[in-house]
Amino acid sequence: MLDISVAYNRYKFVGYEFLTWLWFVIEHDPAQLNRVIQENINFTVGNRIMLQNAVHDAVETITIKGDDAGLEEGILALKKGALVTEIHLRVTEEENEWQLTLKGENLNISNLKLPESGQIETKDDVEGAVLEKFFLYEKIMVWVDAIYCYFIKIRLSPEWNDVVVPQIKKWILQ
Amino acid sequence: MSILSSSVSITRYQVLGQLVDPLMDTLTRLLTQNAIVEIDDEDVDQSAGWTSFEDPFTPDFTGSAFVMGSQFIFSFRMDKKAIPLKVVNKRFRQQITKLLKESGKEFLSRNEKKQIKEDVIRELSLRIPATPNVYDVLWNYEKSSIWFFSTQKSVNEAFEVFFTKSFKLNLVRRFPYTAAMESLTNSEEDILNRLTPSQFME
Repeated sequence: MLDISVAYNRYKFVGYEFLTWLWFVIEHDPAQLNRVIQENINFTVGNRIMLQNAVHDAVETITIKGDDAGLEEGILALKKGALVTEIHLRVTEEENEWQLTLKGENLNISNLKLPESGQIETKDDVEGAVLEKFFLYEKIMVWVDAIYCYFIKIRLSPEWNDVVVPQIKKWILQ
Repeated sequence: MSILSSSVSITRYQVLGQLVDPLMDTLTRLLTQNAIVEIDDEDVDQSAGWTSFEDPFTPDFTGSAFVMGSQFIFSFRMDKKAIPLKVVNKRFRQQITKLLKESGKEFLSRNEKKQIKEDVIRELSLRIPATPNVYDVLWNYEKSSIWFFSTQKSVNEAFEVFFTKSFKLNLVRRFPYTAAMESLTNSEEDILNRLTPSQFME
């Protein structure tokens, strides 16, 4: 295993490729995610996406945000060689919705909002509320982890260069 | 940031190693030994330590109060006194004027001014209460996993250092490389170690 601080910087690109691939899959073949996590979950891109272009020496950051923001600018950035560095996701399972921002560099989950859960009215409710929240946190993390695990297996297989990269190129250019 | 907040940010860690048995006694002792120390009446500008999840201003780890279900739950509290620079400067100038008047001198030496400034900061830090920030920690001991409810760089670094100091256990952050290593075969690890970025556009 590599030194952790070296690995952190060296493999940021894997996180950026993961989020770019995730956006592609959400747009192109969302059912693939259901097959991976074996549950009927709907993933959509939320109201914010951040991309970074480091093809040239200078690093260019592009942020698209807003509830009705079109993502065409994001595709344009991809055409110029950018990758997704942060993505806001809405994840729904029946009537329950999770919202989160996933950061490619470190896979941190931020601004995570859970589906409605029970209110705390007395001190005795705290433990139940924590366990309920924990259950809801764990669900989204299990899904995200399963998708990342699936991605990394593809990323390290010949399928990545033979099939996935050409598909992503086609999606970007269409 | 609290587990019960409406919006949270989480950094995940793997814990390397285990605590000495008996586990509950060891954890209670280490949390208590490294509990937050109040600094409101001290001339100290910051303090960090463990505190209770349910009552972060009264740390109490007795009676396994930090166990919920199969998790350990407690909080990392960082207290900091923020003395506004303008307040320091105002008090500093007032003290200089007072000392010049009392001593009849026209100037004070650099060392005298330095001493006055230190005294002013000490005096103010005794009068200004510390601002507490509380970040929850969820430790799944069986899975050697920790969720820390912050993604702020400085807070996470302080947490990592304090955790290792308290429990003599190292933390490894979950990020693309370490997350990948959780599920790869030896041959896949070799490929990962040689991996280079893809070019989606030429």
